[in-house]
Formats: sequence, structure tokens, C-alpha cells
Amino acid sequence: MTNEDLKNKLTELFPSATFEEGGEFINFFIEPSQWKSCAKELKEKAGLDFDYLFCVTCVDWKTHLTMVYHLSSTIHRHSIVVKVKLNRDQPEIDTVCDIWKTAEFHEREAFDFFGVTFINHPDLRRLFLTDDWVGFPLRKDYDDPINMIKL
Amino acid sequence: MLSLENIINGIHTWLNNTFDPTLALTCEFVLLGITAIAIFAVLGLVLVLMERKVAAIMQIRKGPNRVGPFGMFQTVADTLKLIMKEGLTPDGADKVLFNLAPFIVMIAAMLLLAPIPFAKGVQMWDINIGVLFISAVSSISVIGILMAGWASNNKYSLLGAMRSGAQIVSYELSAGLSVITIVILTGSLQLSEIVNAQQNGWWIFKGHIPVLISFVTFIIAVTAETNRAPFDLAEAESELTAGFHTEYSGMKFALFFLAEYINIFIACAIGATLFLGGWMPFHIGNWEGFNAIMDYIPSSIWFVGKTFFLIFLMMWFRWTFPRLRVDQLLNLEWKYLLPISMLNLLVVTVMAIMGWYF
Amino acid sequence: MFEEIGTTEDGYMVINIGPQHPATHGVLHLVMTLNGETIVKTEPHLGYIHRSIEKMSESLTYRQFIYATSRMDYLSSHINNHGCSLCVEKGLQIEVPERAQIIRVIMDELTRIASHELWWGAMAMDLGAFTPFFHAFRERETITEIMEETCGARLTMNYICPGGVMADLHPDFQKKVKSFITLYKSKINEYNELVTGNIIFQNRMKGVGYLSKEDAISFGCTGPVGRASGVSCDIRKLYPYEVYGKLQFDEILETAGDSFARYMVRIHEMNQSIRIIEQLIDNIPDGEFLAKTKAVLKLPKGEFYQRVETARGEFGVYIVSEGGTTPYRIKYRSPGFSNLSALPTMVKGSKIGDLIAAMGTLDLVIPDLDR
Repeated sequence: MTNEDLKNKLTELFPSATFEEGGEFINFFIEPSQWKSCAKELKEKAGLDFDYLFCVTCVDWKTHLTMVYHLSSTIHRHSIVVKVKLNRDQPEIDTVCDIWKTAEFHEREAFDFFGVTFINHPDLRRLFLTDDWVGFPLRKDYDDPINMIKL
Repeated sequence: MLSLENIINGIHTWLNNTFDPTLALTCEFVLLGITAIAIFAVLGLVLVLMERKVAAIMQIRKGPNRVGPFGMFQTVADTLKLIMKEGLTPDGADKVLFNLAPFIVMIAAMLLLAPIPFAKGVQMWDINIGVLFISAVSSISVIGILMAGWASNNKYSLLGAMRSGAQIVSYELSAGLSVITIVILTGSLQLSEIVNAQQNGWWIFKGHIPVLISFVTFIIAVTAETNRAPFDLAEAESELTAGFHTEYSGMKFALFFLAEYINIFIACAIGATLFLGGWMPFHIGNWEGFNAIMDYIPSSIWFVGKTFFLIFLMMWFRWTFPRLRVDQLLNLEWKYLLPISMLNLLVVTVMAIMGWYF
Repeated sequence: MFEEIGTTEDGYMVINIGPQHPATHGVLHLVMTLNGETIVKTEPHLGYIHRSIEKMSESLTYRQFIYATSRMDYLSSHINNHGCSLCVEKGLQIEVPERAQIIRVIMDELTRIASHELWWGAMAMDLGAFTPFFHAFRERETITEIMEETCGARLTMNYICPGGVMADLHPDFQKKVKSFITLYKSKINEYNELVTGNIIFQNRMKGVGYLSKEDAISFGCTGPVGRASGVSCDIRKLYPYEVYGKLQFDEILETAGDSFARYMVRIHEMNQSIRIIEQLIDNIPDGEFLAKTKAVLKLPKGEFYQRVETARGEFGVYIVSEGGTTPYRIKYRSPGFSNLSALPTMVKGSKIGDLIAAMGTLDLVIPDLDR
């Protein structure tokens, strides 16, 4: 499916989604509350079949956080990028690890470094850092005066 | 002719002529003890060096080559290092058992040196139930290993010890059954008798295929019994770090290490005695000239040569094969080796009754 | 005294494999719950070598951050560099000279062979066979020497830079690569005789660490791990970059999904890499090896994603740019991280020995997981 067809189909399915131009993939934004149902649709809808989640990223935009999900289909070989804007003070989003199992680790990583809480995640603990670590290091305002070397 | 037998007889006569019989006997006991410890130490050093050299050849490298000519004193240096290291006892360990275990393993290994005929007429103790003694005493070492594993209070050690227990107890059966085939053919449990029975040919040649089968079974079983790769599950470095001796250090570790090599030597020595004619030279039928040349080689050289050939075989296994998994190991014993050796025993019995051997 | 041995409420034994353990090849920490020797639960703990390369990259320029990725998957450092460089080039729309493209691809494939050689030896060592390790290193040494001559380094080559490669090839390069190919072809049979055909080895590997195709996709397993389960995931075929589109090579697919399938995929992949090198080595065109670029690189505002096939699977670089000289956010999608997440499923209910066999064929490089 070409990007254009895909875009039409997605607009049809998720009327509330907004698209972002540019880049090689189709980017679209969706509300955090709709993300879980959207993810289910993307995975199960025939013709979309996004069964392969290959990258989960969190970006700190200082005003808000954005979760970026790179999805691909091993059947049709098309890819999309789904973005979900989150409140920076209390970032909460539904987990998708029951849809794509790989999300379990990737979400723990996002929790570890950005403090995003994944609702219903089976085992939401710090993955890389120690359990008593304070703060979320990959956020832009994180500061560690002892260990960080400013350039 | 200067041979080991003559030297020993000479010492015996001299002692008896000089002192009264009780003192002479005591002296002989002390000498034997010293010899046993010396053999233990020297064999350990030689075999460790040999293992490292064999491994090096298989792995296209040089092996130890810095200490002494061809790295001959490398193991001496290593032993010195181990002696000087602190023998640590973990806080949570059962102190008595933990410190006792290496000695039990070592003593079991040293006891086994007693009935082995090293050369013609050179035997510490020509006991009339030699084979039985060997199979009985060799099982004692498993107690030491279990003790070490349990007393360390370490989960890796415990797993290793349990594996080792299961393994040694099972493989004891096949080893025993394959030894019994020779006992049946010879009609004696005495090791010197068994060697003498091979005057006109080694059992491996005289006994046809059944003895060959039991020889192969024996080699597999003793490799497993001495916890050597591919059956080194008790140590299994990539799974259990070091298995039952994970917590040991210094000389206590060295005792385990040496005991392992002595056990290899003894297993191979028994194999050589039972199947390859012990110190008996290699003879071919009526070739008088050839046989005379073979007789000229001292019997001790024959014994050591055969034993080291078998040791080399075991080292070859170790550096070639991957390790088995614990359930595969037990499957191999209970589903294949044991039935085969039982059947083989039956065949050998029939063979012995009918006299179908040379 | 012995109550201290940690047990769960159900009476299972809890044992720590790692962070220092001979079979984890680094500082991976697995907390295992065991019923006797049978694995009930596996829980990976990461972070012992986490250096936060993603955070560091945010303060490095586009020329600098590439070399931080060498320290992630150090066995395929060249391919990591390649992915990052491609991503920057995509943003700047730099046309890479053909000579540089071909050099990059040859180096990629040499790196892949070197990585698989090391894996082969290390995996055999995990299974208790020590000798293959040295045999693998003998051939790997030839590759590292070729690398050293041209790139000046043996492991973290740092040979690629945006626009091409740092320096031209060493004059002996072609000759040496050809002699390596001859050497490799004479040795690969030795590998198969020593390990692949061994009955103990096959018993240890077959049916162990099974991963179904659905699970492989769901866990995001790529590279030889995914392909052994029948997932077609070779980025070189699916999303060709550089000259891969013009080359003749096969994507190796197995369907068994067990450790032996993963093993065979890697062995065949080495042959395919040799095939690629053979096609290219005589056809390196003359010309520039580095395109003209500005001294200070500034990526336009936007997002760029590039994926490449490393020795372990799909490596992705996601750059979010705000138009400055440094990336605003960088995310590395490391293949090992996703592959590891499948490990608990793969080994559930099997023995400790199987864990080692399964982990060995995942070919984990811990700095790659931890980044």
C-alpha cells in the first residue's frame, strides 16, 4: 500500500487523528485516551496489519512529552509513525505490551528515562537505573551537577 | 637387570637384614606413604602440564612456554601460587564439612593408588579383591563432592554437587559392568592375576567384539565418573561458574584439582590394566624376534605408555566435544549404556563358559 | 543456617546468573527462578554498563555522535556507524560517491563475518567446547588485520564519516581480502566438521529455545533470530541502502525457530557475506571516497529514521532535529534489546543448559542492550 492510500485509510478509521507532513513515513498524532483502541485497530485491521513495533521513543519537548511509536507490517511492508502527546507533569498512557510483546521492555525504558507511566503495564519498574534513582535522566531539565559534564 | 622390581626387592632385603622385622615393616609403610604422596604430587603436576599442552596443540597455540624449558615448571609455579593463596572459608558455610571435603576427595583418590600394578612385581598392595576395592573406593569421592557442594552454602555449588551425585552414581553401574566382563574372563578379582592372564595377548585382542564394547563403555563411563568434559556437568563453567568448587580457593581448591587428575590417572591405569594388559609388553603370536624386542622395553614403560595413551584419549574428548545437558547425560547412561553393557555381560559370560576366546 | 538460600514462597530456588558469569559475555544479569534444574521464570536486569549514549549524543555534533555508536555494539561497530552516517546523509541529502558506497558495503560484510566468527566461537564455548573459539579467532584475526591496515583500528573502526569514508583503502586491501576469502572457504568445512555435525552439539541445540513466528514478530526479533523463526526481516533486502539493491545474495530463512536454526542462519549468512564481497572486491570504481560537505553540519528541522542490518539484526537510528548543530533527541533501536525480550519466553520450562544454548544463539552484546 502506498503512503497515500494508507493515509486515506487511516483518516477514515481515525477521524480525530491529525497528520504531520514531511519525513519518509506517515506521521499522525492521536489522543492518549484513544491510543489503546487505535493500536488494536492498527494491529488487527485487515489491510493494515501493523504487527511489528520496531521502535518506541519518548521525546521531551520541554512543554510536553511525545511518545513515538514506529510501526511496520511484516505482511504489507508499510510503515507508519504514531505520536501521542502527553502531559509533562503527569505523563500517563495505556500500555500496548499486550498487543506487541516487545513494548514491555521498550515501555520500561521510557518509564526509566522519562517517567512516563504506562497504565496496566505488568511490570513497570526501572530497567536500567537502580530502583532508588531520583529523576528521569533523559528529560531536558535533568541535572546532575556531579556526574554530568557540560560542554 | 636394573628394574623397579629389583630395586624394591633390594630395599626390602636390606631393611630386613639391617633392622628387626617390625621396624623394617614400619619403614616400608613410611616409604610407601611417601611414595604415594610423591606420586600424587608428581602426577598432578605432569598431568596438568600435559593437559595444557594437549589443549594448546588442539587450539593452535603454544601453551605454557615461559617457566622452564617448554614451560615445564609452569605447573610448579601455579601450585606454589595456590599454596600461598589464602584459603578462604565463606561466612555462611558449614566450616567443618567445607574444610573436610577436599581431603575426603583426595584420600579417596590416593587410596586407589594402592592396588595398581605399576610394573612387573611393583604393587603397593596385591589385594585379592582388587577390582572390588577399586569400584568401592572410587565411589567415596562422590561423598566429598556432595559435601563440598552442600557445605559451601552456594546455589551453584549445590546444583553442581547434585548433578555430580546423579552422574557418578549412574555411571558407576556401567563402569562396574564393563569391568566385570574382564573379571568373568579371567576368573579373578586380583589385579596381578588379571595382568598375568594377558600373558599371551591383551584382553582387548583376545576378547573379540564384546570386550571392545565393554572397553568403549568403560572409557565413556570413567570419563563421566571423573567429571571430565563432555560430562563435566558438575563444574560446567558456562552454566554453574565452577560447580561444586565455586567457593574454594587456595590449596583447598588445588586438592580438588589434583584429585581430579589423579582420578583420571587411576581410571586410565585400571583401563590399561584390565583391557590393555597392564605392564605386559605387546606380543604378536610366534614372532620370536619381535616379541624379544618388546620384552626388552621395561614393564613400567609399557604401563605408563598405555596409561598415558588412554589419558590422551580423554583429553582429546575434552577439547573436542561440547558438553551434554543433564537429562541427556542420564538418558545416555540409563537408556543406552546400561542395557548395552548388561547384554554385553551376558554375551561375555556365554563366551567364557564356551571358551570362545584365545 | 540454610534457610538463607533464597527461595520463593512456592519453594522455588532463585539464582542470579550474572552480572558476572562466564556465559553472559558481559554484564547481563538474569534472575532465574528454578524448580530443581527447570526454569520457571527468567527476569533480565539491565543497566550495568549503561552510559546513556542517547543523552551524550544530544550534546555532540553530527560528526561526533557517529563514533559514540561504535561503543554500543562493538562487534558490528562499522555497521552502527554506517546507519548513523546514512541517517545524517538522508537529512542533508548528500550524495555519497560510488567508491565510498562500495567500500562501506565491503567493510560491512567483513564486519558481519568477523562478528559471526566471534559468536561461533563464543557459543561453542558456552556449550563446553573450547577449541572452536581459537579456530574462529584465527580467521577473525585476518579480518581485523585487514581492518587495521585500512582503518587504523581493529574493533571500533570509526572509518565512516558523513559523505563517505575517512581515508582511502590501503593499497593491499583487495589482495588481502581475496586471500581471506580463499582462507575462509578452506576453513568453513572445518567448522562444520568440528561443531555443526557433532551429535552432542545437535542434541544440545535442536528443539531448544523455540520461538514461534508470531512471537518473533511480536517481540520484534530481527536478524538471524527472527529469520530462524521464518520472519523475513533482512533490511538489506527489504529496504536496500547503498549498493545492496544491485547485489546478488540470498536472505537465509529457516522455519524451525530453535537454537539450531539460529545457528544455521548465521553459518549460511557468513557464506552470503563472502558472496557479496566477491561481487564487489574486483569492482571498486576509482574516484572520490568522500563527498564535499560543509565543515559544520546542520540537519534541517525534522525527523529522520534509518535502519541498517547489523550482525545482530535491525539497527535503527531516529534523529529528531531542531535545525541546530546537535541532534535534539536521538534514539537507537538496538537489535539485541528486542531479541533479549524474547529470552524469558524461549527458555521457560527448559533446563539451565538450554538457557545457555538459547542465550548463546541470541548473540547478545551487552553494551548494545544497555547503550
